[in-house]
Amino acid sequence: MTTVGPAESLRDAYGKTLIEVGEQDPNLVVLDADLSGSTRTALFGQRFPERFFNVGVMEPTMMSIAAGLAISGRTAFASTFAVFGAGQAYNVVRQSICYNHANVKIVATHAGLLVGGDGGTHQILEDIGLMRGLPGMTVIVPADAPTTRAAIRAVHARDGPAYVRLTRESLPVVTDGSFQIGKAAELRSGNDLTIVAVGALVARALTVAEELAQVGVSARVLDFASVKPFDEPALLRAARDTGAILVLEEHSVLTGVGALVASTTSENYPVPVRRVGVPDVFGESGDPWALLDRYGMSLERIREEAWELLRARGKVQ
Amino acid sequence: MAAATSDETIRSLETTAREIRSDILRMTHAAGSGHPGGSLSVCDLVNALVFHELRLDPTRPDWPERDRLVLSKGHAAPALYAALALRGYLPREELLTLRQLGSRLQGHVDRGKLPFIEASTGGLGQGIGMAVGMALAARLGPTTYRTVAIIGDGECQAGSTWEALLAGGHYRLSNLLVILDRNGYETDGPTESIMGIEPIADKLRAFRYHTLEISGHDYREILGAFAEARSVTTGPTAIVARTVKGKGVSFMEGTHTYHGKAPTSAELGRALAELGAPGGAAQ
Repeated sequence: MTTVGPAESLRDAYGKTLIEVGEQDPNLVVLDADLSGSTRTALFGQRFPERFFNVGVMEPTMMSIAAGLAISGRTAFASTFAVFGAGQAYNVVRQSICYNHANVKIVATHAGLLVGGDGGTHQILEDIGLMRGLPGMTVIVPADAPTTRAAIRAVHARDGPAYVRLTRESLPVVTDGSFQIGKAAELRSGNDLTIVAVGALVARALTVAEELAQVGVSARVLDFASVKPFDEPALLRAARDTGAILVLEEHSVLTGVGALVASTTSENYPVPVRRVGVPDVFGESGDPWALLDRYGMSLERIREEAWELLRARGKVQ
Repeated sequence: MAAATSDETIRSLETTAREIRSDILRMTHAAGSGHPGGSLSVCDLVNALVFHELRLDPTRPDWPERDRLVLSKGHAAPALYAALALRGYLPREELLTLRQLGSRLQGHVDRGKLPFIEASTGGLGQGIGMAVGMALAARLGPTTYRTVAIIGDGECQAGSTWEALLAGGHYRLSNLLVILDRNGYETDGPTESIMGIEPIADKLRAFRYHTLEISGHDYREILGAFAEARSVTTGPTAIVARTVKGKGVSFMEGTHTYHGKAPTSAELGRALAELGAPGGAAQ
């Protein structure tokens, strides 16, 4: 049974893995838009300067240049903050990368409220929805450093566009890094309730599941790092086995994984679904973890929603 | 350099230009929509590239050493389709399927449908960036192809066009040629009354492009500029090609009316008569 381990940086894991992949694959090129220190692509740039292009503050054109490199036979990784990579560059990602089926991997750091002090302009909460809606796009939201390492290798090995969403904050290690594209990871077994989580909230899912176990409730925890392709069989098994699903994501509830879970179960095996995430608002400056609490993702709120579902299912009074 | 261009070369290009122009008109007429104005303005440039300047082999569309042509102003698709059909890349009859359901000839050029199209474009200010990426890839080797991007003048209002131009200059991409189809009009009217881009040649020079200004309908000037661009080894070249929107059809010239409007049957008949080109795609 998975437990919550010490925190480790996803960005560091990305930067180091990129060098390892680059050593094996001379065809790999990396682009950044003046944030290479923060995204950690600078590590690749120091090691392979001839294959590294820091294009400055031009995120949309970083994406079209990456597409041109990819169409010409290179595998291109392009990194910047998520708000710029998914938001600022959206239609270039759509046309130059996805429509052209260009082999570009967007690894976006600093997603969500966990950006903290930079405030609402930089805290994109819509990127999963934006990227998931693009035909041909693979979308991965790692919960920790081991999954980040596995995800970088997996998207490198897979032909076609990909979006990998990383956080600025280090996150507790919660997986063994056995990530596979298209597969949900069952981090904890259980039959009374399912908690589906992605990214930073997987650790909170495990914490609440452990608390529930103390009072005799068994909660299954599924890490859906592979948001697209989505492991529909694993979700529907969970719906049948547990009859209720709680979804946790550091993202807008309007267009994120909760909406995906609700629509998928609704069409195939309707069960009560509750979504924990950010309501239809922008974020603000503050301590990263305090922001999660303030914007509806506190442990207390997660507990309440879990009990609400258990009551709805008649599993508790 | 212009003197090196033979009369025979010019005559040959004038012949293919007539065919391409008539096909552009037939295609857009058959489709009932499309962009004849900007296709006719860029026609002579595309013709000169496809039939003279570019290193191409229609029998090997995936030849790694082929030159890359990116039509960043993707709405001029009919001009590129017509030129490539005439060059042997696709059956000329297929041109009349433009914009129809199931056709490989999408409204904007699409490499997913036609493998010899180098980049799918349409949304403006992106093809030029892709061309920069292709030129960078060539520099990494081992291939030695050159990349040519054709941009529109309305497209020069897009910030991302200037991002890409900045990158081409910064990386001193001498294997990159940017051609501006300066026909003076965009969808809603004249560029200079909507959002002026002049002095455009000065801007390109300031972005570190060896910049030439020519008539985009004079083949001696076009081929001379291409030859000069090839000789520049210090950085990219830009050609500001002054063109006439709707060039070759009297009632389409110098107006934005036919930017995004296909000719009617009567207009098609008049236009083809003016061009004196009875051949080409079946009607």
